Amino acid sequence: MKYFYLIISFFISNLVNASGSLSVTVPDTMEERVKACTICHSNKDRVGRDAYYPRIAGKPAGYLFNQMRNFRDGRRYYQPMAILLENMSDEYILEIARYFSSLQLPYPPPENIGIRPEEIKLADLLIHLGDPGRDIPACKSCHGEALMGIKPFVPGLLGLSHAYISAQFGSWRNGGLMRGQNSNCMSEIAKRLTDEETNAIAKWLAIQTVSGEPSLPGTLAPEFSHRCSNIDSENIHSK
Amino acid sequence: MQKHIVSAGSLVIVLFALISAPVPVYAESIQLIPTASDQNKSLGEYLSRVGNCMGCHTAKGGVSFSGGKKMYTSFGVFITPNITPDRKTGIGHWSKEDFWGALHRGESPDGRMLYPSFPYTEYTKVTRKDTDAIFDYLMSLEPVSKDNPSDKIFFPYNLKPLLYFWRKLYFKEGVFNPDNSKSKEWNRGAYLVQGLGHCSACHSSRNFLGASQEEKFIGKKMTGVSWYAPSLTSRLEAGSGELEINEITELLTSGITRNAVASGHMATVIRQSLQFVLPEDIRAIAIYLKSIGKENSDVASAESFPVLSKNIRSRLAQGGKLYTKYCEDCHQSSGRGIPGIYPSLAGSRSVTMASPLNTILSVMKGGFPPNTTGNPRPYGMPPFQQIFHDEEMALVVSYIRNAWGNHSSLVTEIDIERSRNGGRD
Ligand code: HEC
Ligand code: HEC
Ligand code: HEC
Ligand code: HEC
Ligand code: HEC
Repeated sequence: MKYFYLIISFFISNLVNASGSLSVTVPDTMEERVKACTICHSNKDRVGRDAYYPRIAGKPAGYLFNQMRNFRDGRRYYQPMAILLENMSDEYILEIARYFSSLQLPYPPPENIGIRPEEIKLADLLIHLGDPGRDIPACKSCHGEALMGIKPFVPGLLGLSHAYISAQFGSWRNGGLMRGQNSNCMSEIAKRLTDEETNAIAKWLAIQTVSGEPSLPGTLAPEFSHRCSNIDSENIHSK
Repeated sequence: MQKHIVSAGSLVIVLFALISAPVPVYAESIQLIPTASDQNKSLGEYLSRVGNCMGCHTAKGGVSFSGGKKMYTSFGVFITPNITPDRKTGIGHWSKEDFWGALHRGESPDGRMLYPSFPYTEYTKVTRKDTDAIFDYLMSLEPVSKDNPSDKIFFPYNLKPLLYFWRKLYFKEGVFNPDNSKSKEWNRGAYLVQGLGHCSACHSSRNFLGASQEEKFIGKKMTGVSWYAPSLTSRLEAGSGELEINEITELLTSGITRNAVASGHMATVIRQSLQFVLPEDIRAIAIYLKSIGKENSDVASAESFPVLSKNIRSRLAQGGKLYTKYCEDCHQSSGRGIPGIYPSLAGSRSVTMASPLNTILSVMKGGFPPNTTGNPRPYGMPPFQQIFHDEEMALVVSYIRNAWGNHSSLVTEIDIERSRNGGRD
C-alpha cells in the first residue's frame, strides 16, 4: 500500500512537472495585470533617474484615464508608455485608471533640495493667491486646498519630483512634444509664468510633506470648471 | 475516494466531448458575409474591417477614415489620405469606377499613380462586387473636412519615373482565380489572405519600393520599423502547418493561445481588424494558412553549435541569473509561462527564430497583448530597456534562446544596439 501511494505521488508530481505550470496560479487581480506599469510607477527605488517617474497611485481616476488616453492617442508623448497602451481599449484603460486611483501607498519623503527664501515667497504667493493681474488663479483654487487634486480630473501636485514638475512646465511653455501640443486651462496658465516662477514652484512642491486626499467632485468652483471644460468633456463621465 | 474517481472520470468525459465536438459546418455560408441580401452597406462595413482601411486611414486619436496617420517606411513618411465622402478633402467626388481604379489598379482618378504603401498590390484581387460594397459603405459615412499634410518621400523614390518602373516590374493587376481542386473554404481563405487581408504586405520580402514578392510569404524585416514579420510558410517561423485549426483561429482573433502571443504590428492588426472577422471567414483563413504552412519542409537551421565553450557557457549562466531575477515570476523557471496569460518561451518559435529582432524588442519595450473580445483584460510584459544595459540585454536574450532545449544563435550588444531605434512608432 505504501508503495502504491509512492507510485501515485510520483506520478502526480511528474504530471505537474510535465505541464510546468499546473502548480502555479496567477492572481486574477489588477495588481498582477499591471506589473508592466509598476516596474516604473512604484514607490520603490525612487532614486536617480527613477525619480522622474511620476506617482500615479491615489490620483483622481478621471485624470489618470485622460492621461493614459493622451499617451495612447499621441496627445502626450512618452514612447515607452505609448507602446504599452497601443492596443488597449478605453474600457480597460478606465479599469486600470480606477485601480491606480484607489491605491493608497505611502508617499515618499520630501525631496532633499535647497530652496532660497525668495523662492519660497514667490511660490507661496502663486500657489495660495495667484496673480490676478496676469489672470493666474491660485494653484489651490483648482488643485484643492490640500493641493491633492479635485476629483475627477484635476491631479494633486504633491509627491511629485522636482525634475518631473519642471519638465511638465517646460513642455507646456515651449509647446514641447511631451505635453505642450495639448492646449487646456493648465497649459495656458503655464505659459503665463516665468522660468523663475516655475522653478521656484517646482522646488516648493517637491519639498512638501504629503498628507490628505483629493477633494470631492463638485468642490471645483464653476468658474474654474468652466475654464477647464475641454478637459472635463473628454472625461470619464462621458463614458 | 469513490466519488473522486467518478468526478475525475466525468471530467475526462467532458473534456473529450469538448475536444471532439463536431466543428460547425460553414460550407454553405461560404458565399460569406452576413445575409448579403440586405444592405450592401453593412457588407461594405464588414469588408472594410477585413481590409483594415480604418487602421491606416485614421490618425492616432483622429476621426475614423479621415486620414493623417503617419506611416514610416524606409523610402519616406507617408501620410494617409482622407477617404470620407467629403467632396473637397476626401473622396466625395469619386465614382464607383474611380474607386475601383484605386483599389484594383493603384490609380487615382486624377491619373496619379499611387504608392504601394497603400496595399493595392494585394487589393487588386478583391472582386468588383466587394469593392463596390466598400465604396457604398464609405459614401454612407459622415463627410469630414480635413486636409492632411503631404507625404515626405525621400529622393530618389519621389521621382515619378521610378514609381512607373517599379510598377512595371512588380505590380500585376489581377483577379483571384479559385483553385477548383481545393474546397470552397480553402478558396475563401486564399481570397481573403491574398486580397483584402493583405497579409503579404507585411509577411513577404519586398524590394526597395516595398513591393511584395508575390505569394511567397517569405518573411521580411518591416520597412522603416524593426518588427520582423515572420514567414507564414516556414515551420521554423510562423507557418501554421502543424497547428490545429482552432489554435490558428484563436490566435488570429483573440491574440493569444496557450503556445503563442501576437505582439507589435500583429497585435495591432488583430485589434483593428482580425478580431472582427466572422467565424466562418477566420476558419477559412486558418484552413488556407495551414495548407501553405504544409508545403514547406524546412529543417532546423544547419547553424551548428559546436561544444559550447567555457566562455559561452558562463555568459549563458549570467543570462540565467538575470532571468531568475527579472523574468521567472511570470515566465516560470521552466520557461513555460502560464497558458493564455504569460507566453511560453520554451519551444517558442518567436523566441528561437533565426532573427532575434522581435525577441529583443519584446524584452526592451514590453507590451500588452491586444485587447480583444477573447482577451479583454490582458496581463502585461514590462519593458526592460530602462533597467538593462545592452550587455545584460544580450545576455538574457541569448539565455532564453538557448535554455530549456531552445537552440538558436547568441545575441550580441551590436544586435541590441541595432534594434534600439526600431519598435512601434
Ligand atoms: C518605462 C517606465 C514607465 C512605464 C513602464 C510606465 N510608465 Fe507611466 N510614466 C512614465 C514617465 C516617465 C511618465 C512621465 C512622462 C512625461 O514626461 O510626461 C509617466 C506618466 C504616466 C502618467 C501621467 C502621470 C501624471 O501625473 O500626469 C500615467 C497616468 C501613467 N504614466 C500611467 C502608466 C500606466 C497605466 C502604465 C502601464 C500600462 C505605465 N504608466 C507604464 C514612465 C513609465
Ligand atoms: C484653472 C484650474 C487650474 C489652475 C488655476 C492650475 N491648474 Fe494645474 N492643472 C489643472 C488641470 C485641469 C490639470 C490636468 C491637465 C491635464 O489633464 O492634462 C493640471 C495639471 C497640473 C500639473 C501636472 C500634474 C501631473 O501629475 O502631471 C501640474 C504640475 C500643475 N497643474 C501645476 C499647477 C500650478 C503650479 C498651478 C499654479 C501656478 C496650477 N497648476 C494652477 C488645472 C489648474
Ligand atoms: C497599410 C496602410 C493602408 C491600408 C490598410 C489601406 N490604405 Fe488606403 N492608402 C494608404 C496610403 C499610404 C495611401 C496614399 C498612397 C499615395 O499617396 O500614393 C492610400 C490611398 C488610398 C486611396 C486613394 C486616395 C486618394 O485621395 O488618392 C483610397 C481610395 C484608399 N486608400 C482606400 C482604401 C481602402 C478602401 C482601404 C481598405 C480596403 C485602404 N485604403 C486600406 C494606406 C493604406
Ligand atoms: C502590418 C503588418 C502585418 C500585417 C498586415 C499582418 N501581419 Fe502577421 N505579423 C506581423 C508581425 C510584425 C509579426 C511578428 C510579431 C508576432 O509574432 O506577433 C506577425 C506575426 C504573425 C503570426 C505569428 C504570430 C505568433 O506569435 O505566433 C501569424 C500567424 C500572422 N502574423 C498571420 C497574419 C495573417 C494571417 C495576416 C493577414 C490576415 C497578417 N498576419 C497580417 C505583421 C503583420
Ligand atoms: C509581469 C510579467 C512578466 C515579466 C516579469 C516578464 N514578462 Fe515577458 N511577457 C509577459 C507577457 C504578458 C507577454 C506578452 C506580451 C505581448 O504580447 O506583448 C510577454 C512576452 C514576452 C516575450 C515575447 C514572447 C512571444 O511569444 O512573442 C519575450 C521574448 C519575453 N516576454 C521575455 C521576457 C524576459 C526575458 C523577461 C525578463 C527580463 C520577461 N519576459 C519578464 C509577461 C512578463
